[in-house]
Amino acid sequence: MHSAPPIRKYIFIGAALLVFTGITVAANQLHIPIQWVAVTIALVIAIMKGSMVAAVFMHLSDEKKWIYGTLLLTVAFFIVLMTIPMFTVMDTIGTPIHPPAAEQPRH
Amino acid sequence: MNIPYTVEERPDTGLANGKLGIWLFLASEVMLFGALFSTYIILRTGSVEWPHGELNVGLGAVNTIILITSSVTMVMAWASLKLHNWGRHRLYLIGTVLLAAVFLVNKYFEYADHFARGEGPSHSTFLAIYFTLTGLHGLHILGGIVVMLYFVGPGAKMWKSNPDQFANRIEYTGLYWHFVDLVWIFLFPVLYLL
Repeated sequence: MHSAPPIRKYIFIGAALLVFTGITVAANQLHIPIQWVAVTIALVIAIMKGSMVAAVFMHLSDEKKWIYGTLLLTVAFFIVLMTIPMFTVMDTIGTPIHPPAAEQPRH
Repeated sequence: MNIPYTVEERPDTGLANGKLGIWLFLASEVMLFGALFSTYIILRTGSVEWPHGELNVGLGAVNTIILITSSVTMVMAWASLKLHNWGRHRLYLIGTVLLAAVFLVNKYFEYADHFARGEGPSHSTFLAIYFTLTGLHGLHILGGIVVMLYFVGPGAKMWKSNPDQFANRIEYTGLYWHFVDLVWIFLFPVLYLL
């Protein structure tokens, strides 16, 4: 990177990150009763904040292809890592294929 | 020994070796924290109940503000070097170290409060994953402080002998520091709010 560093941009992004932190805490104070809505709001804001840090502070918006290649591979493995817990739910070992017959009423 | 491509870019990658090196290191860090986040998902989805309101949200939010501010001071420390303003660079780098230290002090009080109430890692599944994730993150903060103190102290003399290489070293330290901030950006809502 040979051009002068964008100082104002860094300060603006820093301020935006603080505002988003405030929004995250404020949203939490609403005590949203539906769990998946609360989780989605918190994670969407976190992803937005993370993207700003990565794009601006870590200069990922203007990097060389080798860095993008490394990160693409990391993202692929990260998705695999996050998918692994699903197998614990999908595991059917020990589950009977046919449900046990209902007990006959005694006479 | 003269290490090649510390300042000039390698013709094949178009990058200085240190830059690719720090990104490969950060890629391994993504997998390290990713494994623990994955563990968190398994534990949480597999549990009948998950505690809410166990942690001090106010202190967690303050620590988030501290880390975000430290990311700004870190990038400004690097930008100051690019603008050949050594005094500003020192000011911002020392500011980053101080903010990191305040983060750890807050974390100490938070941990001490838990232990005073007998809430150690063995108290519950939630606290076990909480101490593991925040403990590992805290060690990363400590590592960052050590590296930054080196560049505030003995490592600073490189600015006179090789200013470009010194600026690159500060950039790589910054990349690591922003990653540590990024991890906390996800840890805060996951552990404190949800």
